Amino acid sequence: MFLKRITTIFLAFAVLACNKEYHLSKIEGKRIEINDSLNEDQKIEAYIKPFRQNVNKNLDSVISYAPKTYSKTDGELNTAIGNLMADAVYEESNPVFNSRTGKNIDFVILNHGGIRSIIPKGDITTRTAYSVMPFENSVVVVQLKGTQIKEMLIYLALAKRAHPLSKHIQISLDSDFQLKTATINNAEIESDKTYYVATNDYLYNGGDRMTFFKPNDSLFVLDYKIRNVLIDYFKKRDTINPVIDERFIQIK
Amino acid sequence: MKRRKFIKQASATVALAGIGGLGLQSFQSSSRKRITILHTNDVHSHIDPFGPNDGRNANKGGVARRASLVEAIRNENPNTLLLDAGDIFQGTPYFNYYGGELEFKLMSMLKYDLATIGNHDFDNGIEGLYAQLPNADFEFVSANYDFSNTIMDTHVKPYKIFLKDGIKIGVFGLGIQLEGLVDKRMYKETVYNDPVEIAQDMSRILKTDEKCDLVICLSHIGYFYKKFPERVSDINLARATKDIDLIIGGHTHTFLPKPTIEKNSIGKNVLVNQVGAYGLYLGQIDFYFEPGKNVEAKGTSIIV
Repeated sequence: MFLKRITTIFLAFAVLACNKEYHLSKIEGKRIEINDSLNEDQKIEAYIKPFRQNVNKNLDSVISYAPKTYSKTDGELNTAIGNLMADAVYEESNPVFNSRTGKNIDFVILNHGGIRSIIPKGDITTRTAYSVMPFENSVVVVQLKGTQIKEMLIYLALAKRAHPLSKHIQISLDSDFQLKTATINNAEIESDKTYYVATNDYLYNGGDRMTFFKPNDSLFVLDYKIRNVLIDYFKKRDTINPVIDERFIQIK
Repeated sequence: MKRRKFIKQASATVALAGIGGLGLQSFQSSSRKRITILHTNDVHSHIDPFGPNDGRNANKGGVARRASLVEAIRNENPNTLLLDAGDIFQGTPYFNYYGGELEFKLMSMLKYDLATIGNHDFDNGIEGLYAQLPNADFEFVSANYDFSNTIMDTHVKPYKIFLKDGIKIGVFGLGIQLEGLVDKRMYKETVYNDPVEIAQDMSRILKTDEKCDLVICLSHIGYFYKKFPERVSDINLARATKDIDLIIGGHTHTFLPKPTIEKNSIGKNVLVNQVGAYGLYLGQIDFYFEPGKNVEAKGTSIIV
């Protein structure tokens, strides 16, 4: 009995001494760059390959043609590429909005910063739409009063940027960038009138400090991604032909 | 007190010895132990390397390269954990076409041990995340997201404990506030709880109750917000808590050239690390353990 106890204690001591007591003595931290000096794991590479081929086949499918290169830096207060985007949102979204509500979109406003790439001269592919609009933002329609549209006009005049607008709105600024004229579908903007303005969810939520969307009477979420709008719009045309026009101009 | 603890441990050891017999191995491993923690964050569906014309990131990244690097490190030290701090999804057409299937399958092939959930992982809705779970051989941890009233209920644990070479490693997850960042229709009834309070609970559970040798926080709350210095962030979390050894971060795409060393609420060192985004870097933190009790005067040396 006594011997057994001694053995037990000895065993316990031995185990404790060589197994249990460890303490953190040193920490080393670094980062390792993943670059072409590392070999590719061939099993992983082979696994990715069919996925990549399928995605590329789809992305590289030609859906339209650009007769020249369109950039958001070509133009003062409106650009061909911005006009195309805003008009595309109107053309593709309004049937969806109309079928759900019986109403029509009055006009579209997007943001200049939301044009993420040029449309280069040549074939337009699905990849072009991903380059121009890599984000997942989608179309929303906001019910606004004329007073809020006037806030929007002040914003646009102050911004002096070619934020994309659809062809349904006409704005002119004077030589001092003060608002000169503004019409929606060729009619004066009435403070008490209700307007249905299409934009994207990023701007609706205050992106680019576009704070005039809230509060509002109603919000209609179309679940239609801007990128898909572009893809659908391109697919309907052999050749695109957007131009800089008079929708938002400065009269000097 | 000390004696009572000793007796308790002694009897536990005897019980073990009685069941399994005492192998020689426990006597051999008296030398230094090393635990390697590898980590990524905000990979955002970047599976292929960036192309040669991609300016800043040209020829960097790529999962197949990361795989060979991870394998080499594991071969050198099998006591390695590979962790991801969220935003696995969204950023290349792979996500748009396959909804995260390929991301999870590849992470499984790389034998990721654990991940936490980033805001973009809700981009196909909470159902979209749930739908991809069968493709993940690794688990997800989040201690401050309460998924009870969602489809993700029971699929995300607050923490997970790993045992590597006798060293007990507890890893808990933290997610960012979703309101205002993610559409409510996407995250549904996911409830966000305060990361600092939760982290205090978690570190107590892992250090005191579970007696972990290492406590790691896998965070997607962001490194630090210069314009909003009071906002909860990894740096503020490190300062406000105790018993966390390492915070692996994400969300802010912060490219830290080396880990940051912060002092916690009781003046002890905490490491905070984040490796930017897109799988351009792999973070590596090695923890060395020496036999014997901790001699306070010597402390732990940190080499970064």
